[in-house]
Order: sequence, then C-alpha cells, then structure tokens
Amino acid sequence: MNFYAIRAIYIFEMSRTWRTLMQSIASPILSTSLYFVVFGAAIGSRMGEIDGISYGAFIIPGLIMLSLLSESISNAAFGIYFPKFSGTLYEVLSAPISSLEIVMGYVGAAASKSIILGLLILMTAQLFVDYEIMHPLWMITFLILTSITFSLFGFIIGLWADDFQKLQIIPLMVVMPLTFLGGAFYSIDMLPEPWQTLTLFNPVVYLISGFRWSFYGIADVNVAISLGMIFGFMLLCLATIQWIFKTGYRLKT
Amino acid sequence: MDKKKINCLSSAISIHNLSKTYASGFVALNNIDLEIYHGEIFALLGPNGAGKTTLINIICGIVTPSEGTIMVDGHNTLTAFRAARSRIGLVPQELSTAAFESVLNTVNFSRGLFGKASNPTYIEKILRELSLWDKRHEKIVALSGGMKRRLLIAKALSHEPQILFLDEPSAGVDVKLRRDMWLMVRRLRENGVTIILTTHYIEEAEEMADRIGIINNGEIIMVENKAILMNKLGKKQLALTLQNPLSTLPSELEKFNLSFSDGGKVLIYTYDAQQEQTGIPELLQQLGEHGIDFKDLNTSESSLEDIFVSLVKEK
Repeated sequence: MNFYAIRAIYIFEMSRTWRTLMQSIASPILSTSLYFVVFGAAIGSRMGEIDGISYGAFIIPGLIMLSLLSESISNAAFGIYFPKFSGTLYEVLSAPISSLEIVMGYVGAAASKSIILGLLILMTAQLFVDYEIMHPLWMITFLILTSITFSLFGFIIGLWADDFQKLQIIPLMVVMPLTFLGGAFYSIDMLPEPWQTLTLFNPVVYLISGFRWSFYGIADVNVAISLGMIFGFMLLCLATIQWIFKTGYRLKT
Repeated sequence: MDKKKINCLSSAISIHNLSKTYASGFVALNNIDLEIYHGEIFALLGPNGAGKTTLINIICGIVTPSEGTIMVDGHNTLTAFRAARSRIGLVPQELSTAAFESVLNTVNFSRGLFGKASNPTYIEKILRELSLWDKRHEKIVALSGGMKRRLLIAKALSHEPQILFLDEPSAGVDVKLRRDMWLMVRRLRENGVTIILTTHYIEEAEEMADRIGIINNGEIIMVENKAILMNKLGKKQLALTLQNPLSTLPSELEKFNLSFSDGGKVLIYTYDAQQEQTGIPELLQQLGEHGIDFKDLNTSESSLEDIFVSLVKEK
C-alpha cells in the first residue's frame, strides 16, 4: 500500500478546500441557514408538528442530507475532473499507485469535507431551531456513510464527465429533485397514494428517513433497510469505479 | 559513450513487440523492439505524429499497450507496475500544472505520489538547481512558461528517479534555459540516471545523445550510436566557387553527379566520407583539363538533420 501517495492526494485535495473556504464551506452553510430561517423559524412556527416534532426541527436532517449529497458529489466530481481537464492527471496515472489508493485519496478528502460541512451545518442550525439528537453515534454513522457513498458517486461523475456541464447536471437535475421529493420537508405518510408507494423508489427517501431516525427516533422506513440501501449503493459505486479503472474508460486510451 | 561500452551495460528499459492501435483503428505504434541501457542518454527523433509521445506514455503507464511487453529494470510495467513506475520520472510535453497550487506544495505532492517520505533538504536542492527556490511560495499560475517547464522537471525529479523521460524538453524554452537544461541532464547522467528524450530540435540530439533512435509512422527505423550514425550516413560536400559561372558541364564530368548553385557560380560535389576513394583528386584534375577554374573551395559535413530528413523521406 502506497500510504505516502494516499496522504499526498488527501492533503492536496484538502488544501484546495481551505483555499476556497468561502465557496466550499461558507456558501453551503449560508444557503442551508436560509432554509432554517424561512422554513424553520418563519413559516415553521405557523405549521403543526409532525409526529410530535416541531416543523423547524423536523426538516434539519433532510436539509443536512441535501447539502451532504450535493456537496459530496460536486466536490469529489470536481476533484478528479479538474486534473483530467487541466492535464495534470498524467502524474497520478504514471505514479506507482493502485486505483484503490487513488480512490482513497480523492474520495477520502471529499468525504472528509462533507462530514465537516455536515457538522458545521448541524451547529449552525442550533442558532435558529431547538433540536436534540437521540442516537448521536448512529447520526455520525449515517453522516459518514452517506458522505463516503456520495463522494464515490461524485468520483464516478467526475471520471465520466468530459465537460463542465456534465459535471453539474447530475447534482442539479437528479440529486436535488430526488432530495426535495425524498421527504426532506415532509413525512412520506403525508403523501396521497400512489405517490406514497412511488416515492419508495427514490433512494434518497431511505437516507433521509434513517438520518431522521437517528435524531428523533421516527422513521418512514425501517432503519435496517436504510442502512442496507446505503451499503448497497456504496458497493455499486465501488464496483463501477473498479470497472472504470480496469477498462481505463475515459481515463486511459 | 562508445558503442562497446553501452553494449556491456544492462538494459534499463526493454521493449518487445510493442504495438498500439487506438479505438479509432489508428496504429500509433507497430511492433516496436527497443533496448535502452543504464546510464545512457537516448534521443528519440521523429516527425510530428510519429509515435514518440505514445511510446513514452505507454512506458509510463498513461496509455495501455495493445500488444507487447515492457520491462523497466526487469520489472514488467503491467504486472509489477509499482516497482517499474517508481523508477521513472516523466517531464511531459504539455505544460500541465495545478495552476492555483504553490510551487513547493506541488513538488512535495509529486514526491508523495511516488511513495517517498518527505525530504525537505532534497527538494530544496532540486528547486535551487532549477532556480525555483525563490519562487517556492508563488502560485504556479504566476510563473512564466520557462519556469513552468523547470517546475515540471522538478516534479519529475522529486522522487529521485533512476530513469528520466523528457518529452520535448526544449519546446518554448529560450536558448539560455536550453543550455542550462542540457547541463543539468549531463549532471544527472553523471549521477547514473538514464535519460530518454524526444525532440524536434535535432541540434539537441546531436549535442546530447549517446544513441539515437529514429521513429516514423509508429516504427523504429533505426537505432544507432550517434557518432556511428553520423559517420555511416554522413555525406560530405565539396563546394567550388568558379571563376566564371557555368550552365552546362562537359559530358566527361557527368559521372560525378555534380550540381550547380548560386546561379552557376558554385559547383557542388557530394561524396561519401566513408569511402577510401573520395574521387576529389580525379574531379579536380578533370576540371583542370577542361579549363574550369575555381577561386575558392570548401567542404561541409551533413548534419544529423540532413540524415534524419533523408531517412524519414526514404520510408
């Protein structure tokens, strides 16, 4: 195992985060805070409780998930896409480093950033809404697993993308709608049929449901199923990356 | 380095039967066999699109070969890629750099990537040698083209490679920097580093290389010790500046294959420097017999460039 290489990529990627602090940390915190102010403090105070939880507190897990998913994807995608675009990837490809080590460096850094961001948003939420966390260890577990899984997914997008538009299209056109419709702002019990059944085909429902359970002990779907879905998606991403490196798809000619 | 000495040395890179066909069907390399010996400077010459960069990229692991094997110090580049690649440093042709990173960080990144623990003393040494130490905290985007080229060299040297590839090192580099680079390459060779360079500047190959490989249309046309190559193929020319310009020559002189230049003022005789009989005394005697007087004469040897152009044309 080439630990020095993993470390080098990780440090290099994290230093990019610190260099672009406003864009990578401050801006997602600000935009999520706006949700807390508008939906939590302003509109939320006029809405009834959901499953005994105030609306402001109810939406916290979903909003953190929203940031976590989009930031993990765009961060990991950009991290590998940019060296491809600027031509500096030659160095990584010519280094004595395996595909697993490349993934550990890039995805590890993207996931770390998302975890830090998730925790910062959680702390910021405290300023606007009162909430408590019933299962803190499970909350951290969900946070870490989701960050890693969606950073892997973002890494695939970065490898696949051959222009800047493709880099943005999946986070904006797929992940954002799935999150909004995945129960970030409502409990799926509130949906009429057939939407209640159809929504179960949305993978993000399982993420938000599991994450919300770790906060308040309530879930739309069984927590074990949520965990299973995350692991399943993670394995799918790992297998896809393995295939990309093996075939050299969009990496090597 | 003479040929005998090179032959006594072991192979740093050993290429057998290497071919590359791209998905489009374009054959970039066709059945390449090539040995590069430890401690030599090997120049790969060829026109644009001949396959130089493809060959380097396959050896370095950036492009996947379609067929054939490459051994680096006895390590297969596909099955023992860690051992093979850790020995190699690559200075690419394109000035590809992480624009917003600092000089020092990017060089440290390269060293780590190749599996080496950090060594600030060594990194300082190479940055000083390449006149980049004062710029170590600058962002790469602020560097000039020549500095970026030196930075790429620093990155390639950061992990103390035993084999260094320089892909068109002189592209876009001014004369002074080019001279400095040549000096540095020689110093590296003195320290036992094997150097493979591709170049458009034949002057560079002529100046630096121990051996020269000529590649065209994906095939190695010739690999030869530089001195032998130039000797073997070198043509010499004798130019005679005539007293009175001529437009035709007596038929007895046809066998010399003479040509005119400068509007008939100069008569040119091309001969093989390797031959015992150059034919010059006979030519001069016959010119005298026909009353063709000359006021000046000089001889010139063909350069590697002439040899290269004639070889590539032949194929």
